[in-house]
Parts: sequence; C-alpha cells; structure tokens
Amino acid sequence: MENILEINGLNKSYEGFSLRDVSFSLPRGYIMGFVGQNGSGKTTTIRSILNMAKTDSGKISVFGLDSVEDSVEIKERLGVVFDSLYLGEHLNISRIERQLKPFYKNWDSDCFAKLIKRFGLPDNKKVGDFSKGMKMKVMIAVALAHKPDFIILDEPTSGLDPVARDELLDILAEFIEDENRGVLFSTHITADVERIADYVTILNNGRVWFTGTKDDLTEKFAVLKGDPDDIPDSVKPKLIGYHKYRNGFDALIDRTELKTLPDTLEYEKATIDEILVYIAKEDKNETDS
Amino acid sequence: MKIIIKNRSDQPIYEQIEEQIKAQILDGIISEDEQLPSIRQLAKDLKISVITTTRVYNDLAEEGFIVSVAGKGYFVAPRNNELLKERMLFEMEDGFEKAVTNGHNAGLTDDEIIAALRRYMEG
Repeated sequence: MENILEINGLNKSYEGFSLRDVSFSLPRGYIMGFVGQNGSGKTTTIRSILNMAKTDSGKISVFGLDSVEDSVEIKERLGVVFDSLYLGEHLNISRIERQLKPFYKNWDSDCFAKLIKRFGLPDNKKVGDFSKGMKMKVMIAVALAHKPDFIILDEPTSGLDPVARDELLDILAEFIEDENRGVLFSTHITADVERIADYVTILNNGRVWFTGTKDDLTEKFAVLKGDPDDIPDSVKPKLIGYHKYRNGFDALIDRTELKTLPDTLEYEKATIDEILVYIAKEDKNETDS
Repeated sequence: MKIIIKNRSDQPIYEQIEEQIKAQILDGIISEDEQLPSIRQLAKDLKISVITTTRVYNDLAEEGFIVSVAGKGYFVAPRNNELLKERMLFEMEDGFEKAVTNGHNAGLTDDEIIAALRRYMEG
C-alpha cells in the first residue's frame, strides 16, 4: 500500500511551543482524522506539510514527493481548506473563480459550478458577507475544483451546521471512492471522525499520542470506573487521566490491563472524545503532582 | 439490501452490518449470486470508514456467506446448506452457553435451567 502522506521525525520549535518527533502516514484511498486539543500542534503540522512553515528537522512526503523540493508539483495536486477564508472578501463567487482559475492546470469550471449549486451559494453577494458555514463551503468548492488527489482540511466542520457537516462527509466519502486519493482533516468534532475516518492521529503537546486505524484506537482503550480502593497497586501507574470524586473514580485504561483487574471495577467503551479528555486530564495530573 | 446502523448501540458497527447482511442472506432477501455493493460504495452510502466495510466483507467471506470474485467484487455465496447448518448449530450452542451462564449467575440449578428451556419451547 503506497502512502499518500508520510511524515518522519518532524521537529519544529518556536517560542512556547514545539512539535517533537512527529511521525505518521496515510495510505492512499483513506480518510484520516487529525485530532487533539487547541495548541496541540495540528495546524503547525499541516502548515509544515504545505511547506508554509519552515521545519527544524524531519522529512515529509506527499505523493512520494518531497514537501520542500517538490512543493510546486505537490500543490498542483493538493486541495486545502483552512478554518478561515483566505479569498478576497470583496468578491462574489464568479470573480473568485476567474481569479483563481489561471493558477491551476486542472481547474474544472463545471465541477466548481456543480458544487456551488449543490451548496446553494448565491452569486450576487460578496463572499465577505457570507456566514461562516457558507465561506467554508466556498473554500471546499475551490479545493475540489482543481481536481486534487489529496485534500487537507483544517477544522472544516467547526463553522458548519449539522446538515452541512453531513454534506461535507458525503463529499469526502465520494472523494476517496476511487481508492487513489486521500483526505487529512483536523477537527474538534470527534463525532465526524468516529463515523467516517479510517485512520486517526491524536496529537498532544506537539507529540503523536496515537496513530493508527480508528478501530485499533477505540478497541485499545476503555473507560474504567469504580471504587479507588479496588485498584491494584500495579495498575495505578497505568491509569490515564485518573479522576477521583466523592463516590468513586474514573480513568482511561489500555484494555490489555483489564484482565488483571477485580470484577468490582466496571469498564466501558471509550469514545474518541473521552480519550481526548482523559489525555488532557493526565497532563494536568502530571503538572499538579 | 437494507442496512440500519445504530450509532448509539453498544454493538460495534461492523457487527451490526454483518448480522443484518447475514440475516438477509439467510432469509433470501438477498439472493444467491447477487452482487453486493463494493466496499467503498457501501462505506460511502453508510458514511462509515472503508476499514469497517472491508472488515465486514472479509468476515462474511471467511464465514462462507459471500465470495470475492477478483476484478468483479463480492457476491452472495451459493447456498451451502451444510455450512449454514453448522453455523446455525454453532450460534445455538453459543446461545446455550450464554443462557446457562446467566442462569447460574441468577442462582438456578442445572435442572431448573432445563425446565426453564422446556417452558420456553412450549411457549
């Protein structure tokens, strides 16, 4: 299986923040959800892939090409959607198209028109006057209109209402149907990842906390609950995001630890949201102690 | 083929789909030799991960419900009654095991569990 994206040992630091040894890859034909708290380094990683940020060390390849040396060729085949509009706010949609078209070899006006229609976007208004969700849709249409093989979306669903989010997921699923393309999308709305993503990468404090298939992630961890006195000493250091309250405790645990536990402790499936919350609690527990 | 996914169910999505496809094959709703949607089409239609639908088809093929034809896709396997019977017997024993465990947990004796089964059979 060839990888559409490969990141190896990416390091980058600037004041108050650093990406440390970030490595993950995405095979062709799949969707990866990229999640983590605000400030975990998702956008910096994306900017590094796009060669918009200078990295300290590490290698990134997209379509097997080098992200720095072959950046022009990569961009021709890459669609990007950011969380805020980077297009001329004072223009309407047709003028935006006229302005962008010359930059791409493969711009498909038909495809663009179809998407604009599908999204129900008006042409008689400046895009600056559009709602956040509508702006997002314009960017998605622009990203898809030059027939990319790989789309990267940074928080695409954050400004969208549930109906528009559902539409976007449809579009992404259609996009990878041909088995050759790929999608990387960062998001806070883990329900979208839970549903459609094939792979998940969790970033925490600039490091990769997990990368792999979504099924591996949701099958690897469980939420453990019960009476703190019932936790065997050997298991205590392995609890993630341990939280004690008046009537008991809860924590995230690797399922391989479950067999050593007494029956009095209950466990259940962990959602991606819960996993993120426990990772954040664990960080806080470490700083506090 | 009809598939309904319950996101709030505790049962994993792949199991939900597998059970529904199996039931429809056994009931003859999807007939022998009928072609199933491709892995990617099914993922798109249900808006779920391609990896999940891949797992569903692999499991169903392994259990003999469907066959993969290179270059063409997945088809409902020709009815193999022996295999189906074996499968059903396995499911039945699996059900017994659960019933007996639950019965014992509830404090019933073996005889009481057998009596309960008899009552159930007599409706």
